[in-house]
Amino acid sequence: MIAFLIKRIVQAILVMFIISLVSFSIQDNLGDPLRELVGQSVSEEERQALRDQLGLNDPFLVQYGRFAVKALHGDLGTSYFFKEPALQVILHKLPATLELVFGATLIIVLLSVPLGVYSAIKPNSLFSRAVMGLSIIGISVPVFLTAIGLIYLFSIYLGWMPSFGRGETEPVFGPWETGFLTVDGLQHLVLPCISLASIMLPLFIRLIRAEMMEVLQSEYVKFAWAKGLAPRRIYFLHALKNTMLPVITVGGVQIGTMVAYTILTETVFQWPGMGFLFLEAVNRVDTPLIVAYLIVVGAIFVVTNTLVDLIYGLVNPTVKLTGKK
Amino acid sequence: MALLEVKNLEVRFGLRSGEVHALRDINFTLERGERLGVVGESGAGKSVLGFSILNLLSRPGYIAGGEILFEGRNLAVMSAKELRSIRGNRISMIFQDPMMTLNPVLTIGQQMVECLLAHRKISGRDAKNIALQKLKQVYIPSPEKRFDQYPHELSGGMRQRIVIAIGLLMDPDIIIADEPTTALDVTIQAEIMDLMLELCERNNVALMLITHDLGVVSQVTQQAMVMYAGRIIEQGPTREIINDAQHPYTQGLMNALPQMAIPGQRLNQIRGSMPPLQKIPDGCAFNPRCEYAMEVCQTQLPDYTSSGGCRVACHLVAKMKLEEAAARQIEEAN
Repeated sequence: MIAFLIKRIVQAILVMFIISLVSFSIQDNLGDPLRELVGQSVSEEERQALRDQLGLNDPFLVQYGRFAVKALHGDLGTSYFFKEPALQVILHKLPATLELVFGATLIIVLLSVPLGVYSAIKPNSLFSRAVMGLSIIGISVPVFLTAIGLIYLFSIYLGWMPSFGRGETEPVFGPWETGFLTVDGLQHLVLPCISLASIMLPLFIRLIRAEMMEVLQSEYVKFAWAKGLAPRRIYFLHALKNTMLPVITVGGVQIGTMVAYTILTETVFQWPGMGFLFLEAVNRVDTPLIVAYLIVVGAIFVVTNTLVDLIYGLVNPTVKLTGKK
Repeated sequence: MALLEVKNLEVRFGLRSGEVHALRDINFTLERGERLGVVGESGAGKSVLGFSILNLLSRPGYIAGGEILFEGRNLAVMSAKELRSIRGNRISMIFQDPMMTLNPVLTIGQQMVECLLAHRKISGRDAKNIALQKLKQVYIPSPEKRFDQYPHELSGGMRQRIVIAIGLLMDPDIIIADEPTTALDVTIQAEIMDLMLELCERNNVALMLITHDLGVVSQVTQQAMVMYAGRIIEQGPTREIINDAQHPYTQGLMNALPQMAIPGQRLNQIRGSMPPLQKIPDGCAFNPRCEYAMEVCQTQLPDYTSSGGCRVACHLVAKMKLEEAAARQIEEAN
């Protein structure tokens, strides 16, 4: 276990190094930050002086070295726009995004397993065919279109749900304010979570169905039938446990991807999270914030993937994390 | 009443390209403690027969007709719940490949105990004791340790012993063994076969042994049936079939045994191969490969002819029997 963790941590450091290098190299190619930082009225000499002062004229590696040393101390630069440490700005928005991802994940987990399993057990039933048909539509329609459609139907036409923002939130811990504890907050979560889940849910239903159908054909499931076990035990223990192995692997990667997908959802719903912030930062050429965002998202990816590998090892006995017993 | 009596069993596969016959005219009986060998090439329908007895055919296969009478009760039309109380309990099955038969994510113990708990109202501890006792019966060393291990931690021979132990858990009346040694190392095959034989004899269990190894059939079974393209072409006491095979196909199988070859010469083989179920030829299914094929073989499905204690589906055998009878009559008349 400890050997596994050390290995993963070394990998993570390597991955983070590459991410930081790539995201930092973007900095030079995103237009002139001075234009955003100062107004029209500043002369060219003053601009040059400011560039020197900010270190923008130094060679790339020098700039990266300086950035890396600071980053290791938790300083990812100062946002040009907010005039605050970029990391702090992002962490302030992180809870909103994580709640959105959590809500969407909850929808995906709660719906994909029963729907996937059912349509694998009864692939020819009308309901299964309907689920399969709808899932194709769900995959094909882009998130922003789904979001706009949901807003039109439930907010404008029916007037049941709010169309933007987080609504009422309760402070929990530090910068973390949650929308899960108030009715208004929950209402605000519904539509964004559904639209964020709209791509991944069909994907997972189809994945679980395909895996499960394959597992149901396997010899050990046939043997379980021959032992005279109850169908429920065969489907939900013998078959499902094997079905979930590849699903967990894919799922972990997808949860990371979903953090990135929030950009679209947050923009449509004016959700005050990281994704929305990132888009604003891009518009404002707020490079420190962009770099910080990429690094934070990269870190989330690395952490979720490590967690997934750990969980996988717990579910699958043929994988031994310990190396020896 | 026979323990198991199969009458006119017919199994079909509802394929998209049309219905195909996987089994037809299947008739046989199995008595308590008796051992029956089912022989044939791959694709003859041996495994389908094994699965259909437990009514475990997977789609698109289904039982299209006939009866499977177990102690007089017809398994072909039994409710799912009743069937469950027979599967693994009164009739159990041993599969071909022990690497695939055990669930990789459950421990040996879990897979044994669940079977006991499905059929008997006993406590978990009692179930564990029975399981450990069965593991000892199949000569698994240190059963307590194996009980908590996962299948991948054991060798192939060991796993097949465990599958056999699971088959024996409920002290069944019949064990259907579908090529139980095919996937194993040759040195272990004999060991496993001996073990099965010993356990069946000791517990008076009837064994239906599905195999393509005529040698094993001759050593182990009392009754045998040879299958070709979904039909039994010869059945009867094993000794008669082995020593005096009537059907040209059975004769071909016997000649194909490596023991029958002359050293330094090519091994004998039956030319051609078994037709796929969609393309079973008219008349006798074996006629395109048969050395003795007559005109009638290409048009008419042969009926069963009695020959000694055997039943043979062959026009040639029928003709010979007729001629014999005629000759005998002439002799008697003289």
